[in-house]
Amino acid sequence: MKHVISVTVENKPGVLARISSMFARRGFNIHSLTVGPTEDPRLSRMTVVVDGPEMEQIVKQLYKLVHTVKVTELDPTETVEREIMLVRVNAEASRRGELLDAANLFSAKVVDVGASTVTFEVAGEPSALNDFLELMRTYGITSLVKSGRIAMAKDLKTTTKRSRLRTA
Amino acid sequence: MAETLTGAQALIRALEHAEVDVVFGVPGGAILPAYDPILDSPIRHVLARHEQGAGHMASGYAHATGKVGVCVATSGPGATNLITPLQDAYMDSVPVVAITGQVATRAIGMDAFQEAHTWGISMPCTKHNYLVTRVDELPDVIAEAFHLAATGRPGPVLVDIPKDILNATMTWHRPGEIDLPGYKPSVKGHPKQVKAAVEMIHRSQRPVLYAGGGIIKAEASEALRHFAEQANVPVVTTLMARGAIPDSHPLALGMPGMHGNYTAITAMQRSDLLITIGARFDDRVTGDVATFAPDAKVIHVDVDPAEIGKVREANVPIVGDARTVLEQLIETMSSLLDGAEPPEREPWFSQLAAWQEEHPLTYHQDPDGPIQQQYVIEQLHRLTRGDAIVVAGVGQHQMWASQFWGFERPRTWINSGGLGTMGYAVPAAIGAKVGMPDETVFAIDGDGCFQMTSQELITAAIDGIPVKIAVMNNTSLGMVRQWQKLFYGERYSAVDLTDHTPDYVKLAEAMGCVGLRAETPAEVVPTLEKALAINDRPVVVEFKCDPEAMVFPMIPAGGSNDHVVLGPEDLA
Ligand SMILES: Cc1ncc(C[n+]2csc(CCOP(=O)(O)OP(=O)(O)O)c2C)c(N)n1
Repeated sequence: MKHVISVTVENKPGVLARISSMFARRGFNIHSLTVGPTEDPRLSRMTVVVDGPEMEQIVKQLYKLVHTVKVTELDPTETVEREIMLVRVNAEASRRGELLDAANLFSAKVVDVGASTVTFEVAGEPSALNDFLELMRTYGITSLVKSGRIAMAKDLKTTTKRSRLRTA
Repeated sequence: MAETLTGAQALIRALEHAEVDVVFGVPGGAILPAYDPILDSPIRHVLARHEQGAGHMASGYAHATGKVGVCVATSGPGATNLITPLQDAYMDSVPVVAITGQVATRAIGMDAFQEAHTWGISMPCTKHNYLVTRVDELPDVIAEAFHLAATGRPGPVLVDIPKDILNATMTWHRPGEIDLPGYKPSVKGHPKQVKAAVEMIHRSQRPVLYAGGGIIKAEASEALRHFAEQANVPVVTTLMARGAIPDSHPLALGMPGMHGNYTAITAMQRSDLLITIGARFDDRVTGDVATFAPDAKVIHVDVDPAEIGKVREANVPIVGDARTVLEQLIETMSSLLDGAEPPEREPWFSQLAAWQEEHPLTYHQDPDGPIQQQYVIEQLHRLTRGDAIVVAGVGQHQMWASQFWGFERPRTWINSGGLGTMGYAVPAAIGAKVGMPDETVFAIDGDGCFQMTSQELITAAIDGIPVKIAVMNNTSLGMVRQWQKLFYGERYSAVDLTDHTPDYVKLAEAMGCVGLRAETPAEVVPTLEKALAINDRPVVVEFKCDPEAMVFPMIPAGGSNDHVVLGPEDLA
């Protein structure tokens, strides 16, 4: 089962290495990890998608890192999630029209056209991206790049009790 | 007045600020600038013969004093030699600060001479680590490093400093306020949880206080004894907690775990409530987790929330400092008892007494046979009245020392528990003696362990650190041999160290120490007396011990604590 964790960290050199090293050492599986600046220049925020039934240890081990300020496991029903991808598919002249119609349904943007391929940019809910990929498989995907998920809790009261645990 | 200092001077000044009185280290190219101002500082520098030695010395010092131990090494091989002691200190939560030199900032990443990625290598074996990038940040980084090493769950912190930063100049400023928004260790336990714990303890019929190394780290021994008496609960002390309650105390059951005594193991196993404080359900304690203490509810007190629920689910988790929480437990128990006596728990205490009667720790010293290590340990205890700091290596001798030494105070037992680092004893004893010069520091070491770090004897001799070291020479890597004897049909592979190689007495003398030897049981006491009478030089005493002796009780690796093996016959 996939869980989405939002981790606020001090914006210090090496903080990404600390987090990924901890995941590797403890044997936790990262599905995707994104990191970027926040509204506060001293802080960065990571969105980590992890596989596994047990979140408690992961959350606690994240807190144990000195530069971790806050960890929140996001509830999918109360979270906005977005992902962007670039996908290049086979597009022989004969099937191009049909392909573009399909892409239209997903608001996929054409960002590059080659001799026998078309490259789309798709942004949206991770599930929508997957639906689009399913559809594109019938044409043949030649290349795929995904950004990894970013997520933000909706403006409700969503923090779980875990986000309040403090570490030594 | 603004004072201009080099980075090296600022480093030493910052160490003085952190009230460091001694550092253990080995110099070299990248750390060279720091070795000049150290000459003008009141800080003592003990020159180790290997950085591993320096690291364990810092750890021994920290164990014995409760203060932060400091070690210093140069870049590259100096830093990599520190990795074993750092991991050792990490596993046992020992407050250590390591200062390493690094190649100049410009050279980092260029495969420069003696470059190693110390920051990356040390990341998973430190509580936190730093690569200093600006000379101005040195005072704050050093202050932070000491703060992190000593507070919360203690541990090692490494500060890597490029050579150009040591040579750069800065205007000295005192370290500012510690600013770590993500680091706020809990000290006080949640009052509701404390109350729930006290009620659960009061109702329990077969409680056991499971005391771990956190008790020692938190200076919580007094509070532990007080609470055990107040609540009338027996106490087991793990390998890291020996001395947390006096072994002579009527409520003390001794050590549980793989080589624990039958009563301590079985008390936990049959308990209905484990009051776990500063312990972490290590596999050496639990054996097979699935069958460990099946009827026990768990109260788990730890300063590190990640330990709670990691191995065993806690019914009452309490995050906090061991001493503070024990004091809260005492206060809450007081109001609950309101002058009344705690439950007598008569059937439980008679059961414990019956087990102790039935399965005491035993050994037999044949006056005409080879020396048994337990006999040496008991005689040493008698001659010192137990008033010594005992330091151990890793192996059979370590287990016997823990089993047969009656510990009466905290910080008198120093060993490598979590990592099990052979070679720990000699340097750790040196560090302990530097920190506690008025105490008798006696290392009980194996002949295999001793050969891993015996070069530090010269450090002890030259720096005037009169430690005493018993080399329990059973001519083998005894603990490994024991497993081969029991589980590999006596097919002995690479465990024979061969009698008399080296000659430990000559080796001691060559290193500026006194060398003594006891070959028969009758020689044990007079030789120990001689060793105890020498206080101006380090002493090495070789005891020629029985190579066939084995440590029991034993829970075979991964086995259930339901099946305590009391002797080889139980394995047949
Ligand atoms: C650095 C290191 N290498 C290997 C081991 C594995 N090991 C554990 S105990 C032991 C034998 C120790 O022999 P000795 O010091 O003679 O002690 P004894 O068991 O005989 O008392 C070995 C090799 C270890 N714990 N540490």
